[in-house]
Amino acid sequence: MGRIVLVTGVSRYLGGQIARILAKDPSIDQVIGIDVVPPKVKLSQMEFVRADIRNPVIAKVLGEAGVDTVVHMGVIATPRQAGGRATMKEINVIGTMQLLAACQRTPSIKALVVKSSASVYGSGPKDPAMFTEEMQPRHTPRSGWAKDSVEVEGFVRGFARRRPDVAVTTLRFANIIGPGIDTAMTTYFSLPVIPTVLGFDARLQFIHEDDGLEFVKRAVLGSYAGTFNVAGNGTLMLSQAIRRTGHKRVSLPEFLFTPFGRSISSAGLIDFTTEQVRYLTFGRVLDTSLAQTTFGHTPMYSTPQAFASFLARREVSVA
Amino acid sequence: MPNAKIIPIHGDDPIVPRLVADLEPDVMARLMEFWEFVQRRLAGDYSVDDFGFDPEFNDKILMALVRPLYKSWFRVEASGLENIPDETGALVVANHSGVIALDAVMTQLALLDEHPAHRHLRMLGSDLVFQSPFLGEIARKAGHTLACHPDAERLLGDGEIVGVWPEGYKGIGKPFAERYKLQRFGRGGFVAAALRTKTPIIPTAIVGAEETYPMIANATVVARLLGLPYFPITPTFPLLGPLGFIPLPSKWFIHFGEPIHTDQFPDNAADDPMLVFDLTDQVRERIQQTLYRLLMQRTSVFG
Repeated sequence: MGRIVLVTGVSRYLGGQIARILAKDPSIDQVIGIDVVPPKVKLSQMEFVRADIRNPVIAKVLGEAGVDTVVHMGVIATPRQAGGRATMKEINVIGTMQLLAACQRTPSIKALVVKSSASVYGSGPKDPAMFTEEMQPRHTPRSGWAKDSVEVEGFVRGFARRRPDVAVTTLRFANIIGPGIDTAMTTYFSLPVIPTVLGFDARLQFIHEDDGLEFVKRAVLGSYAGTFNVAGNGTLMLSQAIRRTGHKRVSLPEFLFTPFGRSISSAGLIDFTTEQVRYLTFGRVLDTSLAQTTFGHTPMYSTPQAFASFLARREVSVA
Repeated sequence: MPNAKIIPIHGDDPIVPRLVADLEPDVMARLMEFWEFVQRRLAGDYSVDDFGFDPEFNDKILMALVRPLYKSWFRVEASGLENIPDETGALVVANHSGVIALDAVMTQLALLDEHPAHRHLRMLGSDLVFQSPFLGEIARKAGHTLACHPDAERLLGDGEIVGVWPEGYKGIGKPFAERYKLQRFGRGGFVAAALRTKTPIIPTAIVGAEETYPMIANATVVARLLGLPYFPITPTFPLLGPLGFIPLPSKWFIHFGEPIHTDQFPDNAADDPMLVFDLTDQVRERIQQTLYRLLMQRTSVFG
């Protein structure tokens, strides 16, 4: 008997992509995609259920279809796309709670893969140069997506405790970048004049969308339980990345940067949260050796290559 | 330039302006190289390591800026460089003095310029460094990182030369009267890191840095207001304003001592606090003895 996989957040870019990839895999019988809004592009070879993971109806979907693997891609990083910070938090936190509650009740579930984020480590001057999976954050994130991710991981740990028979894989992604995806980072690097914090230069890490999807796919097919850092090899400095975009850089002292960031985010231009400002000040680098050895996959794109791939898309769209 | 005119390659080329044509070819080549360097930097076409170390920026810009200070101002004499391995990791442990950490920068330059393998010294700094604008940014680009176990062990494990100044602020912020008296050596975390990675410890003594900014008093109230560990008062600072930043031109000696090997200890030696304390004392004692010896040999402070 083949496997039945449920993917949340399929109407968003990464969710849709992973659903498509899994649907093509011969070892998987059926892929069920779920989201609140219908997908913009047609999702072939899979069943789409228009449902809200915040609603208990999700338990019925899981049970009736006999789902054995849940891929939770529905953690949203961009309030602008979600329709505001309040909705985003609803979807991320309450949605994950409901989804996991439903999973706990569904005996057929054997594996859970969660897309989390490296933002759970926070960012600050007391950070070690590289984070390994077992390190605790030295500067706990207090707002936005980062805080949501911390809460989501908390629920996932709780679930893993209550259902020890389920293989739970949590993937902590660095900023995902590439030709197709739109994130706060891609918007930031597309600004004609890029603001930075004066006197600081963050160390950044990116993971190419194809590599990110490859890790999710391997997590589904191979079932490796645990928490893993996922990022492209190498590091880019923020100043260096801006030079590579060819855009202008304007450095503002920290006390001006935060109000400035807030005003442009309220103007709807870009999502600028406190956590993001901290990340752009101090940066963060992950030690990804555990994921690379466990999954047997070295990212095809290093951090600089992933960034170059994002820049290449922009040049095409300009032309 | 008497021989400039007999170089045909430039003389025949009408596009090359006369001024450039009259230049010596090696000057020309160097200008071109510099231009390419500037272009490459502005395009972001260089690489940094996971710690944010930018070797090109460090070697070509930062170190070039402090080299005159090393060569002409302090006339640093480095010895014992044969005790630093060419390729493998080692932990340089040195005394700290002189209000601002010039001694650390000079040690870094000594290893880069005078060691046959031109080694980079990767220092472990306090979190205050990485909190401070500009300072933190430059420290990262120069290859330094936060003093914490994971970073120390990662660098040593990668075969880097790591530098620690275990006296910390107690060392650089001590009054002039206590010069060359080693302060307490923290908690010995550096010894544990060396034991875990089985890398040798190089006790290093620096003479001359104490006299650069003789600190006659510490304005504790000002320090507390500014959130600094100390606020120095020297004969010239803050009395002479910015002129007070000019260090006195003392003559410096840096001696890298014989390595203390850590590979003969068992695997869990780092978890034995007694052993860690003993080794810490041994390192401290070695540095203190070397300091006394160097001071005895020194004929004059500004020699």
